[in-house]
Amino acid sequence: MKQYVELRNHPFELSKFRFRLLISIGFVLILFAILYARFYYLQIVQQEHYHTLAEANRISILPLVPNRGLILDRNGKPLAQNYSAYTLEIIPKKIKDLDATLDELATVIDITPTDRQRFKKLLKESKRFKSLPIRGRLTDAEIAAFATNRYRFPGIEIKARVFRQYPEKEIVSHVVGYISRINDQDLEQLELNRELPNYRGSQHIGKIGLEQSYERQLHGTIGFEEVETDAAGRSIRVLSRTPPTPGNNLILSLDLGLQQAAEKAFGERRGALVALDPNNGEVLAFVSKPGYDNNLFIGGIDQENWKLLNNSIDRPLNNRALRGVYPPGSTFKPFMALAALELGKRTPEYSMSDPGYFSLPGSAHRFRDWKPGGHGRVDLHKSIVVSCDTYYYSLANDLGIDNIHSFIGQFGLGRKTGIDVEGEASGLLPSSAWKMNQYKQKWFAGDTISVAIGQGYNLTTPLQLAFATMIIANNGKAYQPRFVKQIQNSQTGEIENIPPNLLYTVNLKPKNLEVVKNALVDVTRPGGTAARASANAAYTFAGKTGTSQVVAIKQGEKYNEKTINERHRDHAMFIAYAPAENPQIALAILVENTGTGGSTAAPIARQVFDYYLLGEMPETTVALLDEPGEDHVHDHL
Amino acid sequence: MQRTIDIKKIWHFLTRYIDSFLLIGLLALMGVGLITLYSAAGANIAKVSNQMVNILIALSIMWLVANIPLQHIRRLALPMYLFGLALLVGVALFGEINNGARRWLNIGVTRIQPSELMKIAIPLMMAWYFDKHEITLRMRDYLVATILLMLPVVLILRQPDLGTAIMIAASGFFVLFLAGLSWRIIAGLAVAAAASLPVVWTLMHDYQRRRIMTLLDPTQDPLGAGYHTIQSSIAIGSGGLVGKGWQNGTQAQLDFLPEQSTDFIFAVFSEEFGLIGNTLLLLLYLVVIGRCATITAQAPTQFTRLIAGSITLTFCIYIFVNMGMVSGILPIVGVPLPLISYGGTSMVTMLLGFGILMSIQTHPTLVKT
Repeated sequence: MKQYVELRNHPFELSKFRFRLLISIGFVLILFAILYARFYYLQIVQQEHYHTLAEANRISILPLVPNRGLILDRNGKPLAQNYSAYTLEIIPKKIKDLDATLDELATVIDITPTDRQRFKKLLKESKRFKSLPIRGRLTDAEIAAFATNRYRFPGIEIKARVFRQYPEKEIVSHVVGYISRINDQDLEQLELNRELPNYRGSQHIGKIGLEQSYERQLHGTIGFEEVETDAAGRSIRVLSRTPPTPGNNLILSLDLGLQQAAEKAFGERRGALVALDPNNGEVLAFVSKPGYDNNLFIGGIDQENWKLLNNSIDRPLNNRALRGVYPPGSTFKPFMALAALELGKRTPEYSMSDPGYFSLPGSAHRFRDWKPGGHGRVDLHKSIVVSCDTYYYSLANDLGIDNIHSFIGQFGLGRKTGIDVEGEASGLLPSSAWKMNQYKQKWFAGDTISVAIGQGYNLTTPLQLAFATMIIANNGKAYQPRFVKQIQNSQTGEIENIPPNLLYTVNLKPKNLEVVKNALVDVTRPGGTAARASANAAYTFAGKTGTSQVVAIKQGEKYNEKTINERHRDHAMFIAYAPAENPQIALAILVENTGTGGSTAAPIARQVFDYYLLGEMPETTVALLDEPGEDHVHDHL
Repeated sequence: MQRTIDIKKIWHFLTRYIDSFLLIGLLALMGVGLITLYSAAGANIAKVSNQMVNILIALSIMWLVANIPLQHIRRLALPMYLFGLALLVGVALFGEINNGARRWLNIGVTRIQPSELMKIAIPLMMAWYFDKHEITLRMRDYLVATILLMLPVVLILRQPDLGTAIMIAASGFFVLFLAGLSWRIIAGLAVAAAASLPVVWTLMHDYQRRRIMTLLDPTQDPLGAGYHTIQSSIAIGSGGLVGKGWQNGTQAQLDFLPEQSTDFIFAVFSEEFGLIGNTLLLLLYLVVIGRCATITAQAPTQFTRLIAGSITLTFCIYIFVNMGMVSGILPIVGVPLPLISYGGTSMVTMLLGFGILMSIQTHPTLVKT
């Protein structure tokens, strides 16, 4: 039937159909030509471009983070070390619902609320594609548990990482400092120094202390691994490898045993101690009490601990030895005495009568001695041994502030010592120029009087005092104080010694030095202000006590240790070196809010010396000694 | 001697209605597909043997259809269309939602995708319609045919399945065009289509709009919607003139390519065999298309001409749309590369069409025009 109809089909219809078919096929050919042009463009014209992109897709360059150098004490005891452990890490970008994933993860591995909190904090500070730890120190059982469930957690991986650890915690926290996670500021700084490429893959950087100051030595040089990766980022095989160079080890001059002895001697008291080797400026002990557990900062400190540390009235994060500034008190007197002799304002033989006060000519104002009624006849030697104030009042008036400033400035008081750690405070050794500059006021003769006994505008750090003491002990050699004695290549074990750095020599006449040094020895002998602390010592020991005032007492008012607020009590100071005839250790001690230097600071020095010179570890914290009266001199308003 | 005769008989039985020229072309393309699939699947022989089974089933169906004279198939046109339409309505009402699209209908024993059936039913139906009204073809007939076409297209668009809807609309349009739709109307439609673009844009789903935006600038969203286009362009481009060699395409082997055994298999081929491979593949396709066009041109009746023309041109459009989207000149709509992409359904649909072409070519007609 159909075929029958077909018979009547017009040939015209067929040719019309064929024409349309031809047009269609022509259209198809055009489309194919377009496709072909596109292929030609992609595969010939742009081939190189796409080849590069494909290679970039395929090959990832993985940074190999170098192991950080160790920090060791002078005997090789570790103060900062590394351990490797497995952590569980999350790449936030690969997770859709973080909270749900964490909940699910918690069913496989223990995750505490603190872990979560810390993770959330990290999350806020980090880029989304960075791998962030949710749990550290996984146990073998936990690793196994996660491994079997791994398919459920894309974007979460177990990573072997090397961690920093500070085994001595509080004891050396103010020396070693700590590393912590690299933040935006660090990144900016690294970029500025063009060091950023070396930190690809590094998670931590030194933030404070030696960890910060020796960052370049400790960090090491990054290595690279060229890895073929698939679209999911899994490595398929390693194409090439440039191993990292681990950081160098720092060998400190610090003696951990000595440090521990000093810590023990301090007990719960607040304060600072800096002990230097007078022969080369090496730091033997460097204590700031209280310390803090620097391990807390490595992974990012949690809120609770941070509040505890930051809000504590004891200010454990404050490095008192390096950054704390205190009036040096009577520890200033030996330097004044040297100035008097060297500048010819006093002879050792000159003596004066001490009525218990000093008044400037034409003034009724009395600058009082700490001892009511005075010390009787006082020469230079006695002025040091009994710490007579009146002697120095009159001396200061004869010297004038600018002589004091320029002479005592040679001992490094009031300026940075240049120790090899950042953050040192400069303190203040006043001068008339300084006062004019600071207050637009001329210097008054009365200003000089309180400077003479280490009060007034005077501010020094315990480190500066130790530095100044070292210069007396070694007869004028100003060695740059430094922590790092040697740098060890951690691959070859090669040790590079850092030679002592003699900054300059203070020109002092031996006979003048002898006078002052003899007096300093007598301070520790019967009749001196530190006699009790040094009783029965197996070596001779030279020192000078001091008291650094915290609050000013009004004219005519009396300082009463019993009634005053504990935090307003005076700080005890002591500078010393031993053995007196051939000094091996020079130190400065500050004990906060405990009164006189002779009763609290000097006994600590004794224990430190005993350990260093005799090898005796103190049994207990030193007791307060009942020393004869000390210079409770206070500024009068 | 008896045995030889038997073999001859069987051979005759098997090849009687098969167009061997076309068959060789198809087998060559499917061979290329299997070789590429082996590489794309990461030397996974299971996937390749799966596809071989798909091919065998599809070839059997092709053989079966080729053996059916066209007048029988013609009778099926209307019932098939109505059945398909009913199923599409069923999908719209009771269909299963998968990946946000309602495309499947669960009929107890198995799930079916009625839009696949429509790929054949539409050209059949429209060719049947024009054939029936051949003598008195008027404006009104084109209108009715267009409505017949638009009903399933709209239903499929709403699933939503843009790729299938476009392919079905194209196959219907080819029937209209070959049946002699006036040039003026074609021009009018083109203008109307251009004018309605903003309206279409507002009616589109978000993901569809994103795909088009991505086509204009794939780098806008390199890890999201643009990822496919960027990665497949990289694959093709990095293949260069001679390609990276079989199983050596890094984009494919390292899983950077999405859906590399189905819709994006051409990127794998292109990366590994380069522009030379692409040239040969396009030529092979052109050979098949040429044979199909010859069959169409020689088809004896209006019905067979229209159906053959539609099948041939739709096949071309499949190739263009797939290669276009993989090489980044068309938006990504889920259209497989015919005879090469992995998957049974599209293979069956394709070979069913070629079966019809063979039937047209090999069945004797009373009179040839």
